[in-house]
Amino acid sequence: MARQGLFGSSLVKKFWMALTGLFLISFLVVHVTLNSFIFFNDGGVTFNTGAEFMAKNPIIRTMEVVLFIGLIAHIVDGLILWSQNRAARPVRYAVEKGGANRTWYSASMGILGTLILFFLIMHLWHFWVKSRITGLHHYGLDAEGQENLYGAMLEVFQNPFVVVLYVLGCFSLFWHLLHGFKSAFQSLGLNHKRYNPIIAFLGTAFSIVVPTLFALMPIAIYLKWIQ
Amino acid sequence: MGNMKLTLKVWRQNGPNDKGKIVDYPVNDVSEDMSFLEMLDVLNDELVRKGEEPIAFDHDCREGICGMCSLFINGEAHGPGRGITTCQLHMRKFKDGDTIHVEPWRSAAFPVIKDLATNRGAFDRIQAAGGFVSVNTSGNLVDGNALPIPKPDADKAFDAATCIGCGACVATCPNGSAMLFTAAKVSQLSLLPQGQVERKQRALAMVEQMDKEGFGNCSNTGACEIECPKGISLEHIARLNREYLAATVTKE
Amino acid sequence: MSKLDSKIPPGPIDKKWTDHKGHIRIVAPANKRRIDIIVVGTGLAGGAAAASLAEMGYNVKAFCFQDSARRAHSIAAQGGINAAKNYQNDGDSTYRLFYDTVKGGDYRAREANVYRLAEVSANIIDQCVAQGVPFARDYGGLLDNRSFGGVQVSRTFYARGQTGQQLLLGAYSALMRQVGKGAVQMFDRHEMLDVVIVDGKARGIIARNLITGEIERHGAHAVLLCTGGYGNVFFLSTNAMGSNVTAAWKAHKRGAYFGNPCYTQIHPTCIPVSGTHQSKLTLMSESLRNDGRIWVPKKLEDAQAIREGKKKGRDIPEADRDYYLERRYPAFGNLVPRDVASRAAKERCDAGFGVNKTGEAVYLDFSAAFERYGKQQANIQKLENPSKEKIIELGKAIVSEKYGNLFDMYENIVGENPYDHAMKIYPAVHYTMGGLWVDYNLQTTVPGLFALGEANFSDHGANRLGASALMQGLADGYFVIPYTVGDYLADDIRTGPIKTDTPEFDAAEKEVTDRINHFLNNKGTKPVDDFHRRLGKVMWDKCGMARNAQGLQEAIQEIRQIREEFYRDVRVPGKATEFNQELEKAGRVADFLELGELMCIDALNRNESCGGHFREEYQEMEGPQQGEAKRDDANYAYVAAWEWTGDAGKANLHKEPLTFEEVKLTQRSYK
Repeated sequence: MARQGLFGSSLVKKFWMALTGLFLISFLVVHVTLNSFIFFNDGGVTFNTGAEFMAKNPIIRTMEVVLFIGLIAHIVDGLILWSQNRAARPVRYAVEKGGANRTWYSASMGILGTLILFFLIMHLWHFWVKSRITGLHHYGLDAEGQENLYGAMLEVFQNPFVVVLYVLGCFSLFWHLLHGFKSAFQSLGLNHKRYNPIIAFLGTAFSIVVPTLFALMPIAIYLKWIQ
Repeated sequence: MGNMKLTLKVWRQNGPNDKGKIVDYPVNDVSEDMSFLEMLDVLNDELVRKGEEPIAFDHDCREGICGMCSLFINGEAHGPGRGITTCQLHMRKFKDGDTIHVEPWRSAAFPVIKDLATNRGAFDRIQAAGGFVSVNTSGNLVDGNALPIPKPDADKAFDAATCIGCGACVATCPNGSAMLFTAAKVSQLSLLPQGQVERKQRALAMVEQMDKEGFGNCSNTGACEIECPKGISLEHIARLNREYLAATVTKE
Repeated sequence: MSKLDSKIPPGPIDKKWTDHKGHIRIVAPANKRRIDIIVVGTGLAGGAAAASLAEMGYNVKAFCFQDSARRAHSIAAQGGINAAKNYQNDGDSTYRLFYDTVKGGDYRAREANVYRLAEVSANIIDQCVAQGVPFARDYGGLLDNRSFGGVQVSRTFYARGQTGQQLLLGAYSALMRQVGKGAVQMFDRHEMLDVVIVDGKARGIIARNLITGEIERHGAHAVLLCTGGYGNVFFLSTNAMGSNVTAAWKAHKRGAYFGNPCYTQIHPTCIPVSGTHQSKLTLMSESLRNDGRIWVPKKLEDAQAIREGKKKGRDIPEADRDYYLERRYPAFGNLVPRDVASRAAKERCDAGFGVNKTGEAVYLDFSAAFERYGKQQANIQKLENPSKEKIIELGKAIVSEKYGNLFDMYENIVGENPYDHAMKIYPAVHYTMGGLWVDYNLQTTVPGLFALGEANFSDHGANRLGASALMQGLADGYFVIPYTVGDYLADDIRTGPIKTDTPEFDAAEKEVTDRINHFLNNKGTKPVDDFHRRLGKVMWDKCGMARNAQGLQEAIQEIRQIREEFYRDVRVPGKATEFNQELEKAGRVADFLELGELMCIDALNRNESCGGHFREEYQEMEGPQQGEAKRDDANYAYVAAWEWTGDAGKANLHKEPLTFEEVKLTQRSYK
């Protein structure tokens, strides 16, 4: 069982985990920024402009493919790591006091990731499939005559059940990021007494701000804070 | 003298191929001045007198430095208390009437020999893969002071070098990873000028052996650092990651 | 007598080793490959020897009873390692280290060996530094030193309070490098249970695989015993639980003479015994005596009140404290050698001044150091008129930096904060200067059987100075045996592999198996520890810090009694073919029960007081040296080497006279 080279060893798997994770984090920045355009509360015009740019620009479309590859790599790598980690302890402890030495979420990245994946499938079904494959004709055009992805949002988030699932998805993302952000730096060897507090602060801030903004979107629409 | 009564739930396993089970033992007359292992001595004494087989557990120096003692006590490596090994755990940390779970280190790489004793030979093999400076014995080496080492580097290297190889890091890691152990040695030698020559090769070889042994992968939960009796820092794991990454991308 | 040839090379003392190395025979590289060497024990001596011999090209098999070579008890040495580097420019030299060691050993060591030890000491530091041992360094990046008991220079190299650990891990890493190359075959969890003699030469060992219980035969051209000391004969000691005399004792029974068995070092600064459950004693590094002051109350009623818990040490005013070491030994004060400090503590406690429940403890007090360091620190920080509390606080921080791990260890064990209350300490068995008799080449009286480190008797005389055990272990392993073993092996280049299917191996294996079966089939009632504890108490009471003829005679009878009962009434559960820790213990205690008797016989024979051997009948009765040990150089300046004759009580005494050409024998005075 040779686990060497750029793809094999345990450490390299973690480097890839960290790199893909940071890449996905960078995507979240773009995603949350564009989506936050809905808070202009201008009937979705700004948001739809952004959405159209994202849908038409060839560079972005290419990046989209890279993004999917990154996501799949993150998932596959995570599954391999998870199964190796399971195998590393064939007999479990009868009593294990994990709370004494680690946060629960740092030891639950696989479960949190899986929850996020389920959420993601639903999320893609709700929006990406419509915007990229089946089309958004159903929602007509917005005031500026652009394709109305915003209209899709308004419709999807009328269902309270969906809103709750989205909020739960954001919670999973929050916990996943809270460990993942810092952890990625550690896996890449970026640990330095002077900069650790900054990384920790950024990680926590990012984990709170981004999922909160995301969660606010369905909530705001459902509660009709924005129309 | 002894005033505590305890119930122990101890893992008994007759050999590597036995399935093993948890057995309850009442222990009376436990004094708070006893170490945890002395409490087990008392129980074993009783068992032998009754004609039963005593509980097998590893121990040697009983002063927290040889790394031979282990035990997962009440869900924690080396039991409650920080910066100590099981032999330094004293019964004043428990109270009358307590139930205490005692299990061996659990890891695919540390098979159980009997009861609470496990085989940690994997650590020796990791060490043999590269945890050294290749210098033969010779009466003609340069003077020790010919190579000044900045005190902060020497201190940091020392911190890493205090690893006692007990395996608590593996035992406590939710993934059964041996990164803290491996990192401590790689880090010590990469911080010192003596270790530079074999720096890349060492990181690659020790990680390769670590993987071969069947340890899990580090997910940076930090549990090892907290349960490590010598308080070895995660900083060393980061350094190993750096060393390994650099060695991997630059190796020819 | 013919057998006791110490083989000291001729010539002036500072040329002996160099000349000897230049003239002894060596084995050519191609021939080394054809030679097998067994190394038993993987501490400083064994680890260093196994690694060095493998590097040279010999085939090495290394054995240890622990689960890894890294766990040998050398690892527990705290304070440091001496070397005559004179880095501190305080007048140190090879000669001075040699002189201090001979004097510290109370003139009962072999001069030539000690000089060689001092000579190679500097190489050890270089070797360890090259291996990556992280010694303490000063801010200029150079190696730091501290001072230790019994000397007036700073020559002790250290790595915080874990010097033994760092040196051992250095040797272990060298050893594992050879294991990785296949040059050393490592047998951990293996215990040597006999040495096999073929045609008068040591040709192999019988070992038990402690996991499977299998009895194995291993042949070799030479056998090196690096198996440490036998302090565990006292049951309570600072040794590891597994430390034992079995390998050395089996060698003794096969013809190796045992040298000076009665020389036991009682370390003055250990944590006192807390109860009957106690399984071992914990050392507090001697380095603490650099800054701690040892005292007991001057008034008996204060001591009484402390023992009853009515008073604490800090309630006793300065004027009512008796800093007895400073009082008795103004020149060395708290840094007198270990034997002297231990006896002084016993003397005070026996007189009723002990300060814990059992009456067997004295204070080791850091309050003066807190104040001294605090004032320094206040000056450095330019604090004006700092309060007393502030000074103490600053001082505590400095002390914590220097000895923090020891203070934590103390608090852990005792449950009392040593920063607020003075530590309580009492002497405990720590090291045994005696061991297998060896000649200058470290060869025992059995050809091909060598003994290194604490397992031999050679370098420390009747008392070992602090930080010299690590020095000796590494000197023997790295720098002596690699040369001297070649001289012996030069005859073996045509011998070919040692066969183990011979009658000698058959017989040795049968003896081992019979012994094991005896224990397992014995229908006894008591666990092994029962007998060990009883033996330990007899040894401590009658062959401990102070001995007298009557006590020793009683002890001999009592030990015989315990031994007889042991064989009749010991219960060893389990099987031979499994991991069986009670069985391991039984074998070890059986050997301690014979060794204990020999120690008493040796102590009884030595009608003088020297170093760790203090006979109450032989002390200065008057004058300024009253109460100090009284040596008898006219009659006892010899090594007592005992030959086994088939009965522990009937050992034959052989004497190796000690001649002193370099050092003048005087009364050892630290006043």
